[in-house]
Amino acid sequence: MEYEVVIGLEVHVQLNTKTKIFCSCPTSFGERENLNTCPVCLGLPGALPVMNREAVKKAVLFGRAINAKINKRSIFARKNYFYPDLPKGYQISQFEIPIVENGELFIEVDGEEKRIGITRAHLEEDAGKNIHREGYSVVDLNRAGTPLLEIVSEPDLRSSDEAIAYLKKLHAIVRYLDISDANMQEGSFRVDANVSVRPKGQKEFGTRVEIKNINSFKFIKQALEYEIERHIDAYEDGTYQEEVVQETRLFNSRTGETRSMRGKEESADYRYFPDPDLLPLEVPEEFFSLPIPELPDEKRRRFMEEYKLKPYDAGVLTAEPELAQFYEEVVGAGVDPQMANSYLSVELLGRLNKKNIPITESPISAQKLAQVIKRVADKTISGAGAKKVLDKLMEEPQLEVDEAIEKLGLKQISDPAVIEEMVEEVLEKNGDKVEQYRNGKTKLFGYFVGQVMKASRGKANPQLVNQILKTKLDG
Amino acid sequence: MVTLKEALQMAPQEVEELKKDLNRKAKEMKELGGYVEQFLGKDLTSKGEGVPIAIKDNINVEGWDITCCSKILQGYKAPYNATAVEKLLANGLSPFGRTNMDEFAMGSSTETSCYGVTRNPFDPERVPGGSSGGSSAVVGAGLAIAGLGSDTGGSIRQPSAFCGVVGMKPTYGRVSRYGLVAFSSSLDQIGPITQNVEDSVILYNIIAGHDPKDSTSAPVEFKPVQLEEPGKRKFKIAVVENYIDEASPEIRNRLWEVVEALEKEGHQITGVKLMNSKIDVATYYILATAEASSNLARFDGMRYGHRIEGKGLKETYKLTRSQFGEEVKRRILLGTFVLSSGYYDAYYLKGQKVRHLIKEEYRKIFQNADLILGPVTPTPPFKIGSKKDPLEMYLNDIFTIGANLTGVPAISIPVGKTSDNLPIGLHLIANHFQEETLFNGAYTIEQLVK
Ligand SMILES: [Zn+2]
Repeated sequence: MEYEVVIGLEVHVQLNTKTKIFCSCPTSFGERENLNTCPVCLGLPGALPVMNREAVKKAVLFGRAINAKINKRSIFARKNYFYPDLPKGYQISQFEIPIVENGELFIEVDGEEKRIGITRAHLEEDAGKNIHREGYSVVDLNRAGTPLLEIVSEPDLRSSDEAIAYLKKLHAIVRYLDISDANMQEGSFRVDANVSVRPKGQKEFGTRVEIKNINSFKFIKQALEYEIERHIDAYEDGTYQEEVVQETRLFNSRTGETRSMRGKEESADYRYFPDPDLLPLEVPEEFFSLPIPELPDEKRRRFMEEYKLKPYDAGVLTAEPELAQFYEEVVGAGVDPQMANSYLSVELLGRLNKKNIPITESPISAQKLAQVIKRVADKTISGAGAKKVLDKLMEEPQLEVDEAIEKLGLKQISDPAVIEEMVEEVLEKNGDKVEQYRNGKTKLFGYFVGQVMKASRGKANPQLVNQILKTKLDG
Repeated sequence: MVTLKEALQMAPQEVEELKKDLNRKAKEMKELGGYVEQFLGKDLTSKGEGVPIAIKDNINVEGWDITCCSKILQGYKAPYNATAVEKLLANGLSPFGRTNMDEFAMGSSTETSCYGVTRNPFDPERVPGGSSGGSSAVVGAGLAIAGLGSDTGGSIRQPSAFCGVVGMKPTYGRVSRYGLVAFSSSLDQIGPITQNVEDSVILYNIIAGHDPKDSTSAPVEFKPVQLEEPGKRKFKIAVVENYIDEASPEIRNRLWEVVEALEKEGHQITGVKLMNSKIDVATYYILATAEASSNLARFDGMRYGHRIEGKGLKETYKLTRSQFGEEVKRRILLGTFVLSSGYYDAYYLKGQKVRHLIKEEYRKIFQNADLILGPVTPTPPFKIGSKKDPLEMYLNDIFTIGANLTGVPAISIPVGKTSDNLPIGLHLIANHFQEETLFNGAYTIEQLVK
């Protein structure tokens, strides 16, 4: 039997405003517990919320970037439930009328473009954090009141690959708009996935399962695939009705499995009602004309045209705005766009990823990478030498490129006269082999190259060595 | 007792003497129970050096205990000032004494306070009204020059009528709610309780105005109210005939006398009828309790207040929140019910619709009237402990709730006494932000009945 997978995603994006959504506390992290709090975000008696305009602006930018309808008038509601990390006993969120509705974005899977609908995006406040210690728990409210944009997709995704492509595109968009740091590990881009499976052709959706607590693209893919397989197995075993129930499951990244949270969550009645402390949110007219930066799709198309990059390469380089910017700086320094791509995507990113360093903190600047590529282009160093230079620069970021080349003794010998002298010396020493070569044992060419390189202690420009050897032997 | 107007002219030493005097008198008249300190056997709590103003126990004064007269907030100290308190301090006034109230402002008799009952200054067997019964009682008994109260359904005006003082509820959005512990956010307003209309204007002018910390505070320019010479302006007054007829005979007769006197003075009187007042009460108890059930969720014992530790989180919530009194519990349950899935449309949503109808009714009357006149309460002050049925208690606010549901300003002024020497109040309502008309009308009537 063939099956169809249906996935819908809910993403909580923390907006990178300077202050919280309803008070003027800073949103910065890593501070002492409960330091960034005030009567409002502590939920003290008598304190009242006041809407942060910046958060509204960022939500509007997002809505415009995904081609959505922006509701000029939206309503804040209270979502009522008790939990120690929720100071007021309710979360201020949007329920009936969200600020953003009916958007879309486009993904590409296996070379095919697909439209994914975005049902809505609404503003709400984040909760604090419960920290569990031996025998007791403490609450840190530094995070309470951080603005969130909850982005809900249509159930348009049909595979884990599509889900990941959607998330990566969404991630790129919020990063390009500079509305969020979108750091999954730090929780500023949090994903909940709704997944169901149905026999192909069946009209009704299968039973929907929600998976929470997934904090990397890799884990999301693993969690979805595990869950999809679980549903299909259940169909095949005839146990679908019993085994697949509407519930919330948690992903365990150690075992790669999802497990039921059953019993933990009773079906909750949040008793939403309009928050009487806040007037309806009116979007200021000027937010509709704010400039929107070049978005990932546009930038990718431009890279393909302007730099003649392959679609895949252009996609890699434009996945993050900082990476795209880095690339354009390298190219802007007068370097061949193809070489810039391979040195950046392969050599530099490879080295950074190994050490888990983001491109923004690269010890090798765009200017230095361009300089290294120029030294290869002007034949000062070889390709192999360039790799050594990059290694050296990773270790000693204060070094200039030419200093590193000097220190490593990698400067190529590119003076034809000097190389010719070396070639002649090698040929003289190996008269017998020259004889054999000329009698047809052309395999020996490699041997002569090796000897010349050895004589130059690897510094001779290999192309020149080839060229000169060829004329001397064949000419 | 000196008036607020007079006290503002006093030298600093005189003010200090006055405060000492108030402290001494508060101890002598302990049985009144108007101040929380009278139950605790303490000096009146004081902040700043100005003219003393009594503060209801649900308004934040930095460094003061603030409990809303509930067990659940015992031990909690306010870490900041309400905007209204900031304004008092900036204008030479000084918060002085925490006044008793119904727990979380839920009640009409000040009998639900965790500290005990406040007695009516005119008859210790009777209630002072509520929920701002403490503030009204201390002003009525000469234990305070003036006080601040809060009014959600009549909580300033009804006790002021019972204690023979002037109590005023501003237009919703006129006075900042920042620092007032919320009962029902869309209805609550802080207002002045004073000995006369002039003082009411003085205190109102100090606390009114836009506050960026309260999103529901009206972003309109505030011009201080000026009182004209009484009788100079002739008002168009709509008299709510069906309300007056619903009041007890002595109130009814007195109000008709006042109306007659006003007509003689050349004011234009027209009779109007307002929707069945029981509809106001039903709407009010749906909307106010819905908001309250959510507003009071923060009292969970996690961050402040009096926690009772149980085994695990759920039990701790349960034990801690069981400290709420019966009336508060009743309203939390009622509010939770009307917001519950399956009942939301039938109750909460319908309540909002009726609220619009009531607003519309008032809007129409104000097309042809400057003021609406009626009784504040259906009866004079009742005996302590006499109203056991909560529904009967709720009917006390029957004439005052409309002003909260519509958001218009209203004032209660004393216009006489019953044969038992109990105060009779008259209720005057003006259109949105027409406080100047309201105060001038009240001033005219005050001078007329003198
Ligand atoms: Zn804060």
